[in-house]
Amino acid sequence: MNHPGLPQLIIILIYLGLLLLLGLSSSRLFKGTKEDYQVASHSIGPFLLLMSLFGTTMTAFALVGSSGEAFKEGIGVYGMLASSSGIIHSLCFFLIGVKVWKFARRHKYTTQIEFFRDRLESDFIGLLLFPILVGLVVPYLLIGVISSGTVIQSLTAGLAPNVEMFQAFTPDGNPIVALNGGVPPWLGSLVICVVVLIYVFFGGMRGTTWANTLQTIVFMILGVVTFYIIATRLGGQDGLMANLNALAESVPEEKITRMEMSKTKFFTYLLIPLSVGMFPHLFQHWMTAKSANTFKVPVICHPIFIMIVWVPCVLVGIWATGDLIPAKPPLPSNPNTILPFLVKTQTGKVLGGLLAAGILAAIMSSLDSQFLCIGTIFTNDVLTHYKGKENVTDAQQVLYTRLFIIGIVAITYLLSLGNVKSVFAMGVWCFSGFSALFPIVFAALYWRGLTAAGAISGIFAAIVSWSVMFYQALEQDALRTFVLKLPLGGEEYEIMPVVVMLASSLVTMIVVSLVTPKPSEKTLARFF
Amino acid sequence: MTSSTTQKSNGMWIIAALVVLLLILHQDNWFWTDDTLVFGFLPIGLFWHACISIGASLTWALATVIAWPLPDETDENGDVSSTEEAAS
Repeated sequence: MNHPGLPQLIIILIYLGLLLLLGLSSSRLFKGTKEDYQVASHSIGPFLLLMSLFGTTMTAFALVGSSGEAFKEGIGVYGMLASSSGIIHSLCFFLIGVKVWKFARRHKYTTQIEFFRDRLESDFIGLLLFPILVGLVVPYLLIGVISSGTVIQSLTAGLAPNVEMFQAFTPDGNPIVALNGGVPPWLGSLVICVVVLIYVFFGGMRGTTWANTLQTIVFMILGVVTFYIIATRLGGQDGLMANLNALAESVPEEKITRMEMSKTKFFTYLLIPLSVGMFPHLFQHWMTAKSANTFKVPVICHPIFIMIVWVPCVLVGIWATGDLIPAKPPLPSNPNTILPFLVKTQTGKVLGGLLAAGILAAIMSSLDSQFLCIGTIFTNDVLTHYKGKENVTDAQQVLYTRLFIIGIVAITYLLSLGNVKSVFAMGVWCFSGFSALFPIVFAALYWRGLTAAGAISGIFAAIVSWSVMFYQALEQDALRTFVLKLPLGGEEYEIMPVVVMLASSLVTMIVVSLVTPKPSEKTLARFF
Repeated sequence: MTSSTTQKSNGMWIIAALVVLLLILHQDNWFWTDDTLVFGFLPIGLFWHACISIGASLTWALATVIAWPLPDETDENGDVSSTEEAAS
């Protein structure tokens, strides 16, 4: 058990085994219907809904990225990404989720596209949204699959340094200490894809929800335990408070303030969490709720849960910039590996293994919902829609969803093997794209005047503005850092591209809706 | 308009005001360069935003009581039961 990387590998394998067991157990409750497979027969209660929504919105970024960003930018990342999400995510659950649930239950929708087609009496809007939603989810999926391979490799480093397949070298032929001998990323990603595939394939939405609940509990508890142990080891004092004080005193001023952060960028980042209102996988999770009141617990607890996960991670990230960090081994250059690095160097092998399981839990709890959601969109909005509901039995729809899920997992895995490291910079672009579509779903629920032409024009405006700015960012080789500069009163203010995307989509949607015919009164009466 | 509808409408305005207040407080320019450590270890900017998270939770808790968008009688098919319909 003292072999480097072995305890971590064993813990990861035990954890994956537990997940499979849970997924397969949930399949024993499977009723064989499409409704049961795709939305767990609308049977999910408040606690499971809270855990599945939270687990789905918190990706690996919540654990690894939050520490990494805090290491790079200081405490400001909490306000930019976490407290803003606490306000806006629950706002979306409250304003969009509950209302959409009502219509979906009344009119039997499972996907966003079914809702928009009916609400706007337009088949084309489905054709338009389908590639956009899938196109924005795929990079998000790739980030999860690639991250899982990297995490497993770094936390099992040293396992088999003499086996060629497990070796990791720099371009000039030196072994990369932090990775060498670890499970190769292609193998780690493959195992994760297969595990997620198995429990989603057999358990459907129920399996996904159960697995998400377990995974959310795992990564929340392990996050807090890791925080305590790292504080104790790095602080070197007696007692937790003394350690926390010593660590805080060691951090440079620019990391405990936001002196290097743009105020306008911070402000305009508030629009990014609106993406939650248009995530197709969250839409599907909303549909699992047993009743409207089921949403109350997630709406209340979501901001607190974000705080429980993010505050410790941000503190660990800024501590890594302080002078209490041991000089050897040197800190890795990639900020996203700060947390795994500290776990590996400051804690025991068992905790290292458990934290690896926690990070994988955060990754898989998003992957599963996204795989299931894309499989459902293909089945409901393309295959069944064009073949005719009357020509496809319930059992066939379950089968097609499962086959599509296998196809999507396979394609995502194969794409992850390519040289797609730049996909990590795509994260904020995917979120911005979904945020730009937020006015469409909001208007569909609250504005009788929304027309099909208005919604379609708004979507096109979002795509065009997204594409133009994405192209500019590519040209400047600044996908990750791209901001717009607004000259005002002799000064330049940085704003996030999402502001322009959302404004162009909103204005176009309103103007076109005002001059084009509304849906029929019969349709409006069904929604207002 | 029934009294419950009026209460709900007032509740919506209260929640809207609280959300706007949270968004204003979120842009805490006043703590931007403040390096005070609350309890000796928590940077004040981080402490403030953790309080915003708690404030958001409390706001949403209040929203579930005074401004919930659907009546409690909404059944599992998204319809309001007949007693509620009769009352309104």
